[in-house]
Amino acid sequence: MNKRQREVLLDPLFNNNPISLQVLGICSALAVTTQLKTAMVMALAVTGVTALSNLSISLIRNMIPPSIRIIVQLTIIASLVIVCDQLLKAYMFEVSKQLSVFVGLIITNCIVMGRAEAFAMQNTPLDATLDGIGNGVGYSAVLLFVGFFRELLGSGKVYGLTILQPVTEGGWYTPNGLLVLAPGAFFLIAVFIWINRAWKPDQIEAAE
Amino acid sequence: MGRGNGYIVGFATAVCLVCSIFVAGLAVALKPLQEINKVIDRQEKVLAVVGLLDPDAHLSAAEVQALFDQNIKARVVNLADGTFVEGVDAKTFDQQKLLSDPATSTDALPNPAGVRRMPTQALVYALNDPQGNLEVLVLPVEGKGLWSTLYGYLALERDLNTVRGLTFYQHGETPGLGGEVDNPRWKGLWPGRTLFDEKGMAVIEVVKGAAGPVATAPHKVDGLSGATLTSRGVTHLLQLWLGDKGFKPLLTNLAKEKGGKS
Repeated sequence: MNKRQREVLLDPLFNNNPISLQVLGICSALAVTTQLKTAMVMALAVTGVTALSNLSISLIRNMIPPSIRIIVQLTIIASLVIVCDQLLKAYMFEVSKQLSVFVGLIITNCIVMGRAEAFAMQNTPLDATLDGIGNGVGYSAVLLFVGFFRELLGSGKVYGLTILQPVTEGGWYTPNGLLVLAPGAFFLIAVFIWINRAWKPDQIEAAE
Repeated sequence: MGRGNGYIVGFATAVCLVCSIFVAGLAVALKPLQEINKVIDRQEKVLAVVGLLDPDAHLSAAEVQALFDQNIKARVVNLADGTFVEGVDAKTFDQQKLLSDPATSTDALPNPAGVRRMPTQALVYALNDPQGNLEVLVLPVEGKGLWSTLYGYLALERDLNTVRGLTFYQHGETPGLGGEVDNPRWKGLWPGRTLFDEKGMAVIEVVKGAAGPVATAPHKVDGLSGATLTSRGVTHLLQLWLGDKGFKPLLTNLAKEKGGKS
């Protein structure tokens, strides 16, 4: 793996994170992060779909007529998402029940299409796959961060195991209802962006 | 690049063909597995609601199926007159499918549970004691919560009035709020409550706040905090399915039958 490929793979983690810097895929980051388990499955699904869609689009990038390239990308992505959904329903039924519509909505996740159009259309299959994995992992990092704190503070659990015994079950912890609702995720994503920018100040835009 | 419209149309067709073959092939290949998952999931819920299965015990699919087949009898019921239908295979009976056919469903009059059509037939489950008498009866119930339709099972004791348990197998309520219908502690409030008053009206109700123990509030169950609409939905759907349009005729028949025997 040469230097450029390493950059392609690792940059989306913190230097060019799809959620915190490119601000893509926010909606699903709000929807599926009330529990760490669903967040993790969603992260894996998006990483898989992004990598595979980047790979397949890059393979045929020189054959795609420019006038219909977006719809071709969409067709390929949609097919991959259906495959993902079907696999989950067959092999991880419990999780697929919790993720319900959100697996189907990977299609609308801007990260997948954004990377297909911005990267896979111009780069070789190997680079494109690495870029897909990198962006998927960058997305996963935010999802897991948000999911961890939402589940811990919102229901006193981590990955389904009770850590803070909530009052409703005879413990001492009063779960924070805000974190269970979508706005809670906004605050956490903002905190993630804050930490990320404090660590890498060059991401801060110049004041207008 | 000098590619004509013919190329574009050809390319689009090829992409669609390849994608659809791929998707269709996979969907067909995985269908049996998914159907089994669904059936097992329902069976698990039925077993849990009658108290034969600890919800935390992780049994394999085969074990669940064996336990179910050994103990539970599925029977199809005519809702209108409350009689059992013979000659219908309960294994392939799909209550949801009836709803889309006007011949097998009726227009549910406007009701607070948000149910538009009621099936003419329904699938109920019975757990019999060794003497062959009914021990627990499980009724399917469904109705609107806040965001979604809740689908679940209500289990009745032998007297057809006392609740053995209530569980939902499918819903899309807010996790942590309405989603707490899955909370074992809340579900634990149901056993022992009674559904009907002296006049035979379904009066079971999820109230706002705490309802108190069974002795002082036989027809009431604690509301879910932060989920008034889901709680109300549960009340409405239970009252609908226990009413005349729902399982009331069946329960009346079964009670008569029992009275005649003793």
